[in-house]
Formats: sequence, structure tokens, C-alpha cells
Amino acid sequence: MATYHLTVNGQRKEVKVDPSTPLLWVLREELKMTGTKYGCGISVCGACTVHLDGVATRSCVVPISLLGNRRIVTIEGIGSDPVGRVVQEAWVEKDVVQCGYCQSGQIMSACALLKANPKPTDANIEESMGGNLCRCAAYVRIRQAIEDASKRLA
Amino acid sequence: MVRSLLLLLFCLACIVVSRSALSSNDFKGREARSDGLAAWQQVYSVLTSPRCINCHTATNYPQQGDNRHHHFANVIRGPEGNGVPGLNCVSCHQSANAESTGVPGGRNWHLAPLSMRWQDENDQPLSSAVVCHSLTDRTKNGGLNAAGLLKHNEEEPLVLWAWNPGRKQDGTMRTLPALTHAEFVAATRQWIDAGMPCPR
Repeated sequence: MATYHLTVNGQRKEVKVDPSTPLLWVLREELKMTGTKYGCGISVCGACTVHLDGVATRSCVVPISLLGNRRIVTIEGIGSDPVGRVVQEAWVEKDVVQCGYCQSGQIMSACALLKANPKPTDANIEESMGGNLCRCAAYVRIRQAIEDASKRLA
Repeated sequence: MVRSLLLLLFCLACIVVSRSALSSNDFKGREARSDGLAAWQQVYSVLTSPRCINCHTATNYPQQGDNRHHHFANVIRGPEGNGVPGLNCVSCHQSANAESTGVPGGRNWHLAPLSMRWQDENDQPLSSAVVCHSLTDRTKNGGLNAAGLLKHNEEEPLVLWAWNPGRKQDGTMRTLPALTHAEFVAATRQWIDAGMPCPR
């Protein structure tokens, strides 16, 4: 076990965990922040996506020992970000969610896309969101919400 | 008459000696080139190992595994070889191997530029000659001269990663290139010392 000091959604946190523990389980089990979801555990589905220093990152495959000083933003904190707030509004407006399980990861990836590219093309959306799976197949509404958020951000 | 004959004999002797010296130099030159080409083939055997060539693709995606399959999760090259926003290489690949989760890592994980592709668009390795010419072309290799190439092979973290590739998700070790890193560097040096010859 080792002690780590984290910055999660702007707040300092301290955890004592095995260095090999994936960030996802630190968030969910140690910090009880269950908005970030466990899907596949091998970085295939994108449900566990968080931002590390603004980079969308699959938290299920990042051992806490490799986190360093990077700032963590999760779905619980993304609404405090101007782009994140707009994306969440668009998600509600377009009624994107069906079962909702993958949506925190979808929103985190969408925010990363729109922060880097406020006016994404269909191809840009397809490329950036292609690693986030939705078993309800809400892909059409996800795309519409990203396009809607892009217009709101213009 | 005798003096003329002696002069003629002297000239003939000079010609024989000089031709012999030229042949010797030719032989040494051919031998050096041959040794250099042999060293290059060793270098090439490493460059085309899965640990290296999987990120030197000609396509818009990296590869994975010893069978060099298409990288899962729809990972794509992106404009600068490091993926796209929301799905960058570093979205999963950290600064070091993640042994507990089986994801390989190294500083600045990314794809090699298309100018340094070592495969064709059907994912088949390019010939030794083509790769050699790419590697020695400073308009393609990032402007590296001989010393730069040697330094790259000796010190670049992503090159060094090939000999410390970590464990796969099933817990088994990833395979290594055919040469040790020391042998790879020695072969690179020998090839460079021979003038970086490329197969025809």
C-alpha cells in the first residue's frame, strides 16, 4: 500500500491503495465517486473515461502509480467547465440517454473533442467517439447532441 | 638498347604493382560494403519485429500483437500520429508499462510519421532496400544524420521500449526483437561505419 495525493475536480484527496490499483477503482471504491463506470476493464468500451490534465483517458487501465500530478476531472465535475456544461445541456435537450450506463464516458469524450475542435465534422465525431461503445445504440442522438453543443459553443 | 629494355621492364613492374594495389582497395571496399550490408540486415530484422513495425504502419491505424492485427477500439492515427481528441494514444498508453492492466507504455507514445512507414498499405513489411533508403533519407527520417540515427537507436525511449515491452493482459511477456539492444546498436554502428550501404 502507498499513499497518493490526488486532485479530483479541483479538490485534494488522499488515498492509501496498492500502486497497481487502476484509477477507476480508486475513484469508485476509495472516493465513492461512482459516476465513472466500469464497462470492460481493458480500455475497449470507453465507459470509464475521465480527463487527466484535459486529456480523455481510460481510467480502467491507468494504475494509480502512473498518475503523477495530473489533475483529474470526472463526470461529477465536468459540469463546472463551460464546455462540459454546454455538452450536458445538449445531452438533456436531445434526450440522448437510454439505459445511460455508457453516457458518462460518452460525455467526457465529447467534451475532449469539442475543447480541441469546437466545430467538428461528422468524420471528426466518428473518429473521436469511435472508441466509446453504446449497447443501446444511441449513436445518432449522441452525434446530434455533439452537433447541438458545437452550435451552442459557436 | 639495354637501358631501353631496363626502362621498359621498370614501367611494366610499376603497372603490375599499381594494378595490384587497386585490386586490393577494390576488394577492401567490397568487403566493407558486404559487412555493412550484413549489419544492415541485422538492423532490418529488428525494425520489422512486431515491437517496432506495429507503429510504423502505412495505414491510418496502429497494429497490436505478434500477428500485427488492427488496433482495437477503432484507434486511428490522427493528423499528428498521436490519435484524435477523445481517443489519443495517451488515453491508454502511459509513461511506462502498466503491468497490472497489461497496457504497454513509454514517454510520448505515438505512431511514426508516414514518411517512416515500414509497411505497405496491405500491412506487409517493405523490402530491406526500401526501408534502408527511407532510413537514410533525411527528408524522411526527421533530419537525422548518421550520428543522429545511432543516437536514436541507442537512446530513444520508444526504441528502448522494444526490449522492455512488459506483460500482455493475459500476464505473459511480450516477445522481444531477435537481437539484444546491445547487438542492435552494434549492428547499427557497423552499418554506419561502412557508409550506410543499402541493398540494391
